Amino acid sequence: MNDFIQMLQFPFLQRALIVGILVSLCAALLGVSLVLKRFSMIGDGLSHVGFASLAIAYAFNAAPLLVSIPVCLLSAFFVLRITENSKIKGDAATALLMSGSLAIGVMVISLTQGMNTDVCNYMFGSILAMSTSDVILSVILSIIVLILFVFFYNKIFAITFDEDFSKATGIHTNIYNMLLAALTSITVVLGMRMMGALLISSLVVMPALSAMRVCKRFLTVVITSAIISILCFVIGIYISYTMSTPTGASIVIINLAVFAVCSVIGSSKSN
Amino acid sequence: MALITCRNLSFAYDGKFVVENLNFELNKGDYLCIVGENGAGKSTLAKGLLRLKTPHSGEIILGDGLKPNEVGYLPQQTPAQRDFPGSVFEIVLSGRLNKRGLYPFYNKADKESARSNMDALGISHLSACCYGELSGGQQQRVLLARALCATDKVILLDEPVTGLDPLMTQDMYKLIYRLNQEMGITIIMISHDIHGAITYGSHILHLDNRQLFFGKTDDYMNTSLGKQFTGCPVCEDISEEHRSHGGGHLHE
Repeated sequence: MNDFIQMLQFPFLQRALIVGILVSLCAALLGVSLVLKRFSMIGDGLSHVGFASLAIAYAFNAAPLLVSIPVCLLSAFFVLRITENSKIKGDAATALLMSGSLAIGVMVISLTQGMNTDVCNYMFGSILAMSTSDVILSVILSIIVLILFVFFYNKIFAITFDEDFSKATGIHTNIYNMLLAALTSITVVLGMRMMGALLISSLVVMPALSAMRVCKRFLTVVITSAIISILCFVIGIYISYTMSTPTGASIVIINLAVFAVCSVIGSSKSN
Repeated sequence: MALITCRNLSFAYDGKFVVENLNFELNKGDYLCIVGENGAGKSTLAKGLLRLKTPHSGEIILGDGLKPNEVGYLPQQTPAQRDFPGSVFEIVLSGRLNKRGLYPFYNKADKESARSNMDALGISHLSACCYGELSGGQQQRVLLARALCATDKVILLDEPVTGLDPLMTQDMYKLIYRLNQEMGITIIMISHDIHGAITYGSHILHLDNRQLFFGKTDDYMNTSLGKQFTGCPVCEDISEEHRSHGGGHLHE
């Protein structure tokens, strides 16, 4: 506990905690819907696009978040479009996007002179990544994501459970799918620098999976998922601080442990 | 005026016709069964009637004050839904969403309607249960209750008895028949099961990439097509018998 209070003295850790908790919350809420819609990999795909756009932003000395958020939004729409037209299936489209943008990112880094290690931190995440201006932007954006999620919660539930029915009864499912993708891209980009491009999708997927093991109602799944996500984040960052382990990996390990516990509870319940 | 009129309606995928030149109409209180082999275009037509697919040519005219979003739908279940972590009440309530417009939350009337529809279908006791843990027949009832929340005019059922055992199949048919008879809901049912169709349906639309027959069930039974497809020239007697068994009251 003393360690924890001591940890809170550092401004960079305060920033990491504020942004991390908000982003974990957003990711967990959106994650339930994404997992159930079989879109688990979309977070992974978007984070790789985010990586490429960050590399490009650095190469041109542009503000990283301002470049990567629009780029990720665009590619999220693109993935949804090709999934609908289904010449290339959704998972193949995501795979294409992932490896393609990772390659572009790596090429840009290797061709840019004087690139520092910042970009490598984006791959695996760094607790030091957040500047004060980043924090302000992140807080504003995550609050927007949260408000939109609550406002459209019932619609998101309906399109998650049954898109055809919603569409047939006059819900504009395309708009809400786009909204879901847009909120996911923003969340992914915000969380990416702390969690790392390779690990951010776990923030989206794992709390939802854990919550689904123990809960039977959509609303409780969503709430439990949010609580699990925040808890895992705080414990993970604490471990990262005390044991000097990489932030993203620590959080993922804790999530994995929680998932294991939830699975055991879930299967003992159903027996 | 008819609720739904189709004129020279055709559907195509990638320029290839799946089903063409359909001409039929659906009146209030009808129980229309759309039958035909696999790949005859039944599901495509269903998508068209639900406005999930735009016609290649021809038109679907809605009449009698029917709005496009007032056609309820009982879909075939997807694997993703089978283990869905949602309570029965949440799912039934989601049928009311089309009445909410942009307003984000449900009101009292919505919840009341969800409850009364669950009552009518005998699933009130399952309200808090997890959808994924119900039996196939119970899941169908939940989806039917949701469709009733969305509309009290027309419901389109896509293969409602697929995957149900014989007992549950009969239950489901009787339930649909009662919705039609007692609540006055117009039914469109897509079905493989010709016997179920001729037993309960008032009208038959037989497809094989085009319209082979449209008309009253009794007339269908007198055509050579009807006799051949059902493989049973005396089905009419059986159907009468079934119907009398299928009577009774909704809340029993």
